[in-house]
Amino acid sequence: MLGFPILTLLTFIPVLGMIVVLLLPNDRAKEIKYTSLLATGLQVVLAIVLMMNYNFNAGGVYDESSFQFIEKFRWIEIPGISWLGTVKIDYFLGVDGLSTPMVLLTAIISFIATLSSWNISNSVKGYFALFLLLDTGMMGVFVALDFFLFYVFWELMLLPMYFLIGIWGGPRKEYAAIKFFIYTLFGSVFMLLVMIGLYFSAQETLVDGSKVFTFNLLALMDQSNYTADGILSPFNPNNIRFIAYIALFAGFAIKIPMFPFHTWLPDAHVEAPTPISVILAGVLLKMGTYGILRISYPIFPEITRDLMWYIALFGMINIIYGALCAMAQKDFKKLIAYSSVSHMGYVLLGMASLSTTGINGAILQMFNHGTITAMLFLIVGVIYDRSHTRGLDDFGGLATQMPVYTGFVTIAFFAAIGLPGLSGWVSEALVFVGAFGVDIIRVLTMISALGILLGAAYMLWTLQRIFLGKLNEKWNQLADLDKREYAMLVPLAVIIIFLGIYPSAMLDIMNTSVNSLVDFLSNGSANFTLSGL
Amino acid sequence: MQEITFLQLSITVLFLPLLSFLIVILYGKKFPKLYLLETGSIILGFALSVLLMIFKISQQLNNTLSFNMTWIDFGNVPMLGHLKIELGIMLDNVTVLMLFVVYLISMLVHIFSLEYMRGDRLYNRYFAYLGLFTFSMLGIVLTDNLLMMYIFWELVGLSSYLLIGFWYEKKSASDAGKKAFIVNRVGDIGFFLGILIIFSAYNTFSFAKVFEQIGMGVLPFDSGAWLTAAGILIFMGAVGKSAQFPLHVWLPDAMEGPTPVSALIHAATMVAAGVYLVTRVFVMLTADAMLIIAVVGAFTSFVAATIALTQNDIKKVLAYSTVSQLGYMIMSLGVGAYAFAFFHLVTHAFFKACLFLGSGSVIHAMHHEQDIRNMGGLRKKLPITYLTFLISTLAISGVPLTSGFLSKDGILAGTLAFGSLTGHWLIPAFGFIVALMTAFYMFRLVIVTFHGVPKNKEKFDHAHESPFVMVMPLVVLSALSLFIWYTPLPHAPDAGWFISDWVKTPQTVVPENLRFDFMKSSAPGEINGEVVHSASYTEALHHAHYPAMALSLIVAGLGILLAFLMYQWKKIDPDLVAGKVKPLYDFSLNKWYIDEFYDAAVIKFTLKFSGFLAWFDNTIIDGIVNVSAVITRLASKIVDLFDIYIVDGFVNFSAFISGFIGLSFRRMQTGKVQTYLVFVVFSILILLIIINPF
Repeated sequence: MLGFPILTLLTFIPVLGMIVVLLLPNDRAKEIKYTSLLATGLQVVLAIVLMMNYNFNAGGVYDESSFQFIEKFRWIEIPGISWLGTVKIDYFLGVDGLSTPMVLLTAIISFIATLSSWNISNSVKGYFALFLLLDTGMMGVFVALDFFLFYVFWELMLLPMYFLIGIWGGPRKEYAAIKFFIYTLFGSVFMLLVMIGLYFSAQETLVDGSKVFTFNLLALMDQSNYTADGILSPFNPNNIRFIAYIALFAGFAIKIPMFPFHTWLPDAHVEAPTPISVILAGVLLKMGTYGILRISYPIFPEITRDLMWYIALFGMINIIYGALCAMAQKDFKKLIAYSSVSHMGYVLLGMASLSTTGINGAILQMFNHGTITAMLFLIVGVIYDRSHTRGLDDFGGLATQMPVYTGFVTIAFFAAIGLPGLSGWVSEALVFVGAFGVDIIRVLTMISALGILLGAAYMLWTLQRIFLGKLNEKWNQLADLDKREYAMLVPLAVIIIFLGIYPSAMLDIMNTSVNSLVDFLSNGSANFTLSGL
Repeated sequence: MQEITFLQLSITVLFLPLLSFLIVILYGKKFPKLYLLETGSIILGFALSVLLMIFKISQQLNNTLSFNMTWIDFGNVPMLGHLKIELGIMLDNVTVLMLFVVYLISMLVHIFSLEYMRGDRLYNRYFAYLGLFTFSMLGIVLTDNLLMMYIFWELVGLSSYLLIGFWYEKKSASDAGKKAFIVNRVGDIGFFLGILIIFSAYNTFSFAKVFEQIGMGVLPFDSGAWLTAAGILIFMGAVGKSAQFPLHVWLPDAMEGPTPVSALIHAATMVAAGVYLVTRVFVMLTADAMLIIAVVGAFTSFVAATIALTQNDIKKVLAYSTVSQLGYMIMSLGVGAYAFAFFHLVTHAFFKACLFLGSGSVIHAMHHEQDIRNMGGLRKKLPITYLTFLISTLAISGVPLTSGFLSKDGILAGTLAFGSLTGHWLIPAFGFIVALMTAFYMFRLVIVTFHGVPKNKEKFDHAHESPFVMVMPLVVLSALSLFIWYTPLPHAPDAGWFISDWVKTPQTVVPENLRFDFMKSSAPGEINGEVVHSASYTEALHHAHYPAMALSLIVAGLGILLAFLMYQWKKIDPDLVAGKVKPLYDFSLNKWYIDEFYDAAVIKFTLKFSGFLAWFDNTIIDGIVNVSAVITRLASKIVDLFDIYIVDGFVNFSAFISGFIGLSFRRMQTGKVQTYLVFVVFSILILLIIINPF
């Protein structure tokens, strides 16, 4: 353990940065940018420090003692208000193998998105202040272990995102921003209801022996904490845990985004500025799947077991449907957006397997999709900055004009296609290994394998349309990558290649926790069987 | 040599080309001479692989050396126990022979390309890609497990994609590269699912461990059908890579790549990877799986041979002949003639590489003319090319004294034996018909290209024999197409070291009830199930040897004679024959219309369907979202109106009422005490009347 509260620092350094940004005068654009770069850079350094001090053998998931870098303080305390009883809410942070990869991902993607924001020219101050606030919200979601705190961070990230799309976006930015906002808020309402339902169903025993209602996620995973008559208590024969599960799942599914809740994504991506697309695809989408693993799975293990076939089904739909929709797109950015839908389907499929290989694959896929898709959106940004068009048929032969750029594109595209040796393949393969091993979802897995064919088809077709063939003379002025663009693309390419060759670097972090989770879902939670249905 | 030295050497041999690929791709622009480094590393690798082969065969002939390491460790997994994924390499005789073949041809192609590709804008990058390919191919050869096989399998696909589309500015080239990759992926899905079945059942990818467990009677999901399925699915990978029907369509298109690439990748090595894969999993193939493999192979060789009869592009003829010969190898594995399949892989690699490089030499001399109808008489201008091309043609046609005679004869004998034991006579029938067609179309190619009179005088006059670096590889490869390297007796392959000592058919691990009858240990003469093929198969093979040889000599001679009659001596007019069987001729010329079928049934359909889904997504799914937004807005409008007129109306009304009442009572507030007194008195009176206490 470290001598300083590393998770709090990780989470709130961007807020410090934001305060500095707000204090700077509006015309000091350069200072504002460097402040943001410094804040996100520090975050990366801290994430690396965290990884270096990480204990690979600690399970976490449901066991507080094996969580790492824990910070736990009483945050809100309201003594005895009539029937509510004493309200006690903790500021409770900690990481395990499920969240550490996401913390790393958030730090890396935020840093690269800051670099990618360098060209923002109108209201720089507002942009970076909101950007940094967004960063805090995202990081907070991944380190919070208290449902209330989790919810606060979840909502915190929503507002800056709304403005970042709505102000700095493309032609239909207002529509896209409001769609994103309302859609996510719609999901949050469900989450809020379930959260309150859980609060009144479980009681935590304090040090002094008294019992209070709790938002503590780990306490909610322990069935001995549930009251006899709580609405979401497994001991209550009339509980509505099934409905709550669906509601909570829907809230997370919107973020993933899972079919049929995915249509906000293409709009948001097409309208959002490049760095925001990078954040959106790189980090935000993972919150949905992370939330399911962190909250839905261990709190409702018995319903998870009942519904695994359906989760796999939606995973399969995402994979195939997303890929086919991507194939029909004419807009480069929209195509990448739909490819995200397809690739997040693998995460769902891996999670549905409830097996070590499958869930490891799912989390690794979350990380890999974060880096690969971030790179893809940066690539779209590079070409859009230069040509101000994203039409797939407007280009041709750029390989001759921009060979280095084309090299990076090839790496990113083949990573997305799932070429062995690059990171995307490892996670996809593990997802398939895990899902195929489970009898009831084997057929769905076999159908999902079509996704790797469709992925190759639309990606290579795109590569051909933009980069191969004779150079379209209209673009013979386009410059190859500049230094800043190198700085954004090289780290991602290195990560993609490194994790393709040596995936254990990431898998070792998550593996112990995944084993704990799998064990918990199958054995440790055996008493969670009094399903309300 | 120590065992560890073997493994270190083979790892060096494996990574050498990768290293030079990385150096050349990163610094190739700055240092235009880097291609020499890449070529040098291949020459060095070749020398090492020769060493490896010599030492392996002289010192460790019957041993299998292997080395592996943990790649991913899942620790103690609930319900499964300790689970890990290992990668590793394995050296047996087949491996070292393949290493030698791959390195030799790769080296010769490098040398050939030095001249052939001279002046290309991306000269360095071309050599870098060749290095990447060599690395990937060596990975396939060296692997000891299915997962690593799949990894390098895909990497080979990548390098093939890059090299087919090397001249990416040509639409046809980038189309061909894309087609190759996607068609291969179809097969790879099957391959991958097959691997998944294996891993789900045995929790390991290692060949040795999987076979050991199958040998102990452990079946995937406790069912022989799943074992058959695993075999067939893994074979699907070979169907893609080795261009078997119905996935063979990418190979002829792949000829868009530079010709030396066609020689290396699309004739000698990569396309043989599928055959190599089947040899690796040969021992776990059930009777059903083998029969399907045999049928696919036989049918493929037939389809491709019929197409090759009528093609006019020199490279297309060779491409279809490659497909046809690969079909032979696959068929051979299907009927159980394991050693001959691998033997044919090796001999074919040499003579087909020679043919392709020879065609490269012709194309080079003719200034990128590929249509044989514009050639003719070239033997005078290109004497060495002609001679080497002729030797290789004799080999592929199965003429005695060549290597092709030995291996083809073995395969045909294998099919005959199979036919006699199982009654599947159609397979040998296909085999011999294909032999006839092969001899015919290959000699047609030779005669039309090199004999007769020049059709294009201008190009002919400019043609001249290629320089030394291009001719030398041809000479080496054609020399290797002679029998002497493989056996001292030109009519008996089993008398030689290749078949009798180096490559032996491994022992099957499939449970008895899933084998062919003649492979069961109860079959006559069988000793404790120790050998893959029962004595009855060996006996049948022995009996089939001379009939097969006689028959194959007859059909080869017939094919050659027919070619001479039609094209050299012009006794039969080819156009007349074509006119007589017009529908068949068109069918062959248009490649059985398979591409057209795929275009209409698969590609168009997929695109239409994807277009429909995109519309559905945009209009219906997103439409629901937008409609619910509209409904919400409408509802809010209604609520708003309700609020304004009803709720607020009520509020306003009450306000109005109170105002009205207030207004009416205001008059009473006169401020005069007298008036108030009167009100008080009247009120009391009224109250009294109402209450009426009296």
